[in-house]
Amino acid sequence: MTFRIGCGAGFQGDRIDPAQDLAERGGLDVLVFECLAERTIALAQQAKLADPATGYDPLLEARLRACLPGCAQNGTKIITNMGAANPLAAAKLAQTIVAELGLSLRVAAVTGDDVSDRIAGYALDETGGLAEALGTRLVSANAYIGVKGIIAALDQGADIVICGRASDPALFLAPMVHHFGWSLDDFTRLGRGTLVGHLLECSAQVTGGYFADPGVKDVPDLANIGFPLAEVSEDGNAVITKLDGTGGLVSPATCTEQLLYEIHDPAAYLQPDVIADFSGVTLTQVGPDRVAVKGADGRAPTGRLKVSVAYRDGWLGEGQISYAGANARARADLAAQILDQRLTQPQISQRLSQVIGTDSDVRLRYATRCADKATAERVAQEVEALYLCGPAAGGGVTKTVKEIIAIASTLMPAGFVPTRANLLESADEAA
Amino acid sequence: MKLHDLAHGRTGDKGDTSNISVIAYRAQDFDRLLQAVTTARVAAHLGQPVGAVTRYVLPQLGAMNFVIRGALAGGVTRSLALDAHGKCLSSVLLDMPLPDLD
Repeated sequence: MTFRIGCGAGFQGDRIDPAQDLAERGGLDVLVFECLAERTIALAQQAKLADPATGYDPLLEARLRACLPGCAQNGTKIITNMGAANPLAAAKLAQTIVAELGLSLRVAAVTGDDVSDRIAGYALDETGGLAEALGTRLVSANAYIGVKGIIAALDQGADIVICGRASDPALFLAPMVHHFGWSLDDFTRLGRGTLVGHLLECSAQVTGGYFADPGVKDVPDLANIGFPLAEVSEDGNAVITKLDGTGGLVSPATCTEQLLYEIHDPAAYLQPDVIADFSGVTLTQVGPDRVAVKGADGRAPTGRLKVSVAYRDGWLGEGQISYAGANARARADLAAQILDQRLTQPQISQRLSQVIGTDSDVRLRYATRCADKATAERVAQEVEALYLCGPAAGGGVTKTVKEIIAIASTLMPAGFVPTRANLLESADEAA
Repeated sequence: MKLHDLAHGRTGDKGDTSNISVIAYRAQDFDRLLQAVTTARVAAHLGQPVGAVTRYVLPQLGAMNFVIRGALAGGVTRSLALDAHGKCLSSVLLDMPLPDLD
């Protein structure tokens, strides 16, 4: 019997209907929701600072309400990083939803990825300085943890496992290790499972999403695209496919694009539990929308975990305005020149002025990085003021003022990042 | 002829590094692509220093992977660009002219 694992989200804003379809019709063992981009956890941490009961994915509830009934009916476990900056609070919410739906499912939170209390002495790759030099600008520091905490949660009997930051492929690899009983030093299988996770982790990006190029690379019924699932064999090789009746396409071409997505050296994909080697992988069409994936390998991991450090890095002040018709380009250029003259504040450290569009229908975008919010607001206001104090016939101003959260990274010995599975008491026990 | 006629690809990003895959539609074109789509030509087409570009090759998949350091104006989280991820770069690269066959 193969192990059936699906992907119900590839980023925070992903579609929910295809995930519900997988939950209801996929006959899955596990459905994974991967929802944390580099900055997402920092934004969640800011939300948590404002309200300690928050800090998890804002769509957690909507995704669970859509998918839990199908998952419960089919015995499908859920694994997700939607806990973001607050996996424990997310797990409590999940438990409440489980109870409201009248289901009997156990929820666990995996913690330990937050290393903000021990990051001070680490040098950051991008800034060259120590993390402690960021002072109060530091927002969050989270290690990309591996499979162990998730496996511990599954061992405890959890049906829903909620993590914060974890390596994306580890969300998929962990249940494979748990199901097949793979040894954590069987690096060939860990490498293969990592590849399956990597192919699935961006949801529709392997089923024909982010692929269509009309007339050249056409994708059938893209509007109704299905999310992917893998049928994984005990040796870690797998077939990537999607549900009958859904739109999209699974082919060696879609799988190759996703195999190389965000990969540097294909022979050395660094993960917490393995260095995966995709250099010998073969992809074979074995049926309609079915691709066999074979030949990944792996070797022992580096013993160090990547840590993403988020910090406040000034403010974005931006405005846009449209010009159309006769002499539109010249009026947009004049507007940009006026903004350069009016915005000479030393708090503006960087500016980008661009005219977008064809000559008769253009949009000026004026974006700045500012040291403080007031200056960023002034930039946006000056773009708006072009209405009355700029060239003729400008329209459609939009303004954006937001704090810039930058990400830097470093490496931390894995031994300094203990993880823990926290199984919540079931509602029955609590009663 | 353009690269777009023979190959497809996708861009990914990690910090300030972009990676762009170039994948042959037909296996028989792969050797030609290997000759034509060099690190030097990719760097020139994208306006990047040649030293910033590394090429990895996966012949059995008809695929190359170009890793370009410093391509994203400081990285997704700091760039002022509209497409801060550089997601459009794969299509920009596919617009590259291919030299005529000898």
